[in-house]
Amino acid sequence: MTDLLWLIPLLPFLGAAANGVLGPRAPKGLVTAVGVGAPGVALALSLGILWDYAARLAPAPFEQVVYAWTAGPSSIDVAFLLDPLSAVMLFVVTFVGFWIHLYSVGYMGHEGGYQRYFAYLNLFMGAMLLLVLGANYLVMFVGWEGVGLCSYLLIGFYYDQKIPPEAGRKAFVVNRIGDFAFLIGMFALFSTFGSLRYTEVFAAVAESPERATSEYALGLSLAAFVTLCFFIGAAGKSAQIPLYVWLPDAMAGPTPVSALIHAATMVTAGVYMVVRTNVLYQLAPGVSLLVAAVGAATAIFAATIGLAQDDIKKVLAYSTVSQLGYMFLAAGLGAYTAAIFHLGTHAFFKALLFLGSGSVIHAMSGEQDMRRMGGLKRALPITYWTFLLAALAIAGIPPLAGFFSKDEILAAAAGQGHWLLYAVGLATAGLTAFYMFRAVHMTFDGSFRGTEEQRHRLHESPPVMTVPLVVLAVGSVVAGWIGIPQVLAFGADVNWLHHWLEPVIAGVGDTAHAEHHLPLAAEWGLILLAVAVAAGGILLARRIYGGDRALEGERRVVSALGPAHPVLVHKFWVDEAYDRLIVRPLALVAYGFWKVVDGWIIDGALHLTASVTELTGDLGRFSTTGNVRNYLLYFFLGVVALLGWIAL
Amino acid sequence: MIETLIFLIFAALALASALVVVLHRNPIYSTMSLVVTLISLAVLFVLLGAPFIAALQVLIYTGAIVVLFLFVVMLLNVGREEIGEQRGLVQKGAAVVGAAAFLVIVGLTYLEGYGGAEMAPLDEEFVSLPGLAAELFGRYLLTFELVGLLLLVAVIAATVLAARPRPAVPAEGGALAEAAAVEPATEADERGAGVVTERPDGEDRLVASGGSAGGAG
Amino acid sequence: MVPVAWYLLLAALLFAIGTVGALTRRNGITIFLSIELMLNSVNLTLVAYSRLLDDRTGQLVVFFVLAVAAAEAAVGLALFIAVYRHRRTIDLDRVNLLRW
Repeated sequence: MTDLLWLIPLLPFLGAAANGVLGPRAPKGLVTAVGVGAPGVALALSLGILWDYAARLAPAPFEQVVYAWTAGPSSIDVAFLLDPLSAVMLFVVTFVGFWIHLYSVGYMGHEGGYQRYFAYLNLFMGAMLLLVLGANYLVMFVGWEGVGLCSYLLIGFYYDQKIPPEAGRKAFVVNRIGDFAFLIGMFALFSTFGSLRYTEVFAAVAESPERATSEYALGLSLAAFVTLCFFIGAAGKSAQIPLYVWLPDAMAGPTPVSALIHAATMVTAGVYMVVRTNVLYQLAPGVSLLVAAVGAATAIFAATIGLAQDDIKKVLAYSTVSQLGYMFLAAGLGAYTAAIFHLGTHAFFKALLFLGSGSVIHAMSGEQDMRRMGGLKRALPITYWTFLLAALAIAGIPPLAGFFSKDEILAAAAGQGHWLLYAVGLATAGLTAFYMFRAVHMTFDGSFRGTEEQRHRLHESPPVMTVPLVVLAVGSVVAGWIGIPQVLAFGADVNWLHHWLEPVIAGVGDTAHAEHHLPLAAEWGLILLAVAVAAGGILLARRIYGGDRALEGERRVVSALGPAHPVLVHKFWVDEAYDRLIVRPLALVAYGFWKVVDGWIIDGALHLTASVTELTGDLGRFSTTGNVRNYLLYFFLGVVALLGWIAL
Repeated sequence: MIETLIFLIFAALALASALVVVLHRNPIYSTMSLVVTLISLAVLFVLLGAPFIAALQVLIYTGAIVVLFLFVVMLLNVGREEIGEQRGLVQKGAAVVGAAAFLVIVGLTYLEGYGGAEMAPLDEEFVSLPGLAAELFGRYLLTFELVGLLLLVAVIAATVLAARPRPAVPAEGGALAEAAAVEPATEADERGAGVVTERPDGEDRLVASGGSAGGAG
Repeated sequence: MVPVAWYLLLAALLFAIGTVGALTRRNGITIFLSIELMLNSVNLTLVAYSRLLDDRTGQLVVFFVLAVAAAEAAVGLALFIAVYRHRRTIDLDRVNLLRW
């Protein structure tokens, strides 16, 4: 069954093509069947293949070459790899992806562009699957670019409005910067090892680590250079400082898109890429530390902005940026399992949060400002309970999923003695709990603050939307149980995920990372501390925003924060700074190129050629005197010349 | 000896009359001069052992073609060429230069290749007419026939080109009368002896009908 | 014995004279006469070579040239008549409707 691996990415592509061909006038049922059926079949196939793989082949990697493209002495193939790491990613992508597709049927049912939406969404699935199933960096890159394209298409879905296309463009351009770095990294790898295949490259590095640690460029070793380049790429795709700015703007797209692309899957591609390349990161401790530091900084930075936002989707967007920061913190610390763990759990509860907010927005006839919500828990019970569950999960309350994954990250930080990083992570956890429950209370508690019209239209979402919510809620609860740390299982080694991923995370040579183990008491202490901080955050939020006190609470917080509040609301004016320092100068340069280089020089050269030709023609016509004698003369001179040439 | 003498005399004559053809103002004089040239050349042909060609030269060239020229000259009443504008110096200069270049090329070619080979003395067989006829109607029969076709085509072309343009049949009666008056002169072609003997008003009629028939004059 | 070269030289000179005449004169008839001159020089060359190479082909070509010259003269003069009708002149410098 595992032989059918190649079908998994293909099916969504076919779905996209079919829906693309069907056109906007196709019957909705058909579009739905194709658009949801393709990922559905892909999911079924994935589950079957995963079962087969786990039973028979694991942990050996399974590689399937679809097409061998020879590039010089080696070949870069269109090939897929199923190994423990890609298996996890495959499950997350297909599972969460399918339920979001189903949800979209209800959410997008009344919108225009239904067929276009599903075509793009399927296209995205296909590209994402390429990314995670690729057996070499090139296939990953193709998927990488593909998801970037779909992100652009889907952010700008409502193209007739002003903001979405701009947001889409912003996403694409910022991503491009990362992509450029990714490419450079790939070039470096290829020129050194002659291959981009994971198995070949990592084997070569394991065999002779000196190749990767000797100096390569810019004073960096090859490993450092490549990992740095790759991290810049990851920072772009996974919205870390300084390339995160596109993600909040991406909320202009439809909410299921935000759930799928900007929470569960696309933005996690960077994390996956770093974990995949762990062999090199282990040989570049400096870059790894940088990764961890950037991740931590991003986590707390985004969290602070999140608590000052009024748009429910913006809150979730900054929350995503923050949680991604956690994942990079883990990866930078060498706790790759923890990073993937958090990636998985986050996919469940963040997608759930977004879909829940979609449900709310849907019920509120499009309203996204939380100040105008309130009291929705009676009108939208399923939405409320699932949302609440997800909020608890993200806050890190046991025994929900977020607790386990977050705990592992914090434990890694503490275990390696990075107390500053630990503190930042802990503080962020508190902030996360706080702003999440601020959102919960503002949205669902108290009395309704919207218009009469909106109150009239309030309704719980149809089952096609609520069933995915419930499924994801279940996931948010149980997903954490695959990675229970030893300490909590009373010494039993039940951290299944850790064992599963071990072959892929193996250390290289003598730089193998042994996860430092703290004494048992210390570990328990940290766990209790983390839970306390989270609970504290929740209770504080309840105190301020609970009941009917939402707006009043907001006012108090604003005055309490004083001058800091506008800074947070305006997201530290980062976008404005970028605009002044980078975008406008570049636009000026582009303008210069347009006017001078293109206008004068290139067009000028062309016009010059044309003018010369014209001039020649104008002068040449004087030879057409109409006088037969002249013509005879030309004729005769020609004959004499010819004669001379022949005879002499 | 005698041969050389004859050659020199007639060669000189040919050259001189050629110069007159080219240089004289009056086209009638030019035409007459051409006659002299042609006959001189005919003599040279005889010297070269081609009496039949010589005879043809005189008969056809001078007897028919030059006569044709004369007819046309007189028909069109071509007068002395005015000593007109002095433009065209470039043209003249270029022509002379071109001709000189041509001569130079010929000279150089001569020096390299064919030139001073000795000619075999004439024999009976070469000069004889039956021999010529045998070749003409033997090997070159097809060419002969095609040339005949060519002459036919030329006659038709000349007739069509030189024919007076027929006026379109108009609605008014007045024009019809004019057309009727035009009728008799239509038979004129380049042989139009009748037209030549007509007096000036006949000519005017020729001109007038030409003009009314459509002259972009 | 007259060397062939003399005949050829004469022919070349006649050709040159004819050319200059054809290119220099304005009167159409005179131009035409010059062209006939050129044709004749060619005839002379052909006959001379025929004698040199002892092959009557040269003479036969002259025969055909003669016929063609006649045809050409007929058509050319007919053209002149047609032109004269429209332009009232044989001065070829005035017949320049195809001027730029």
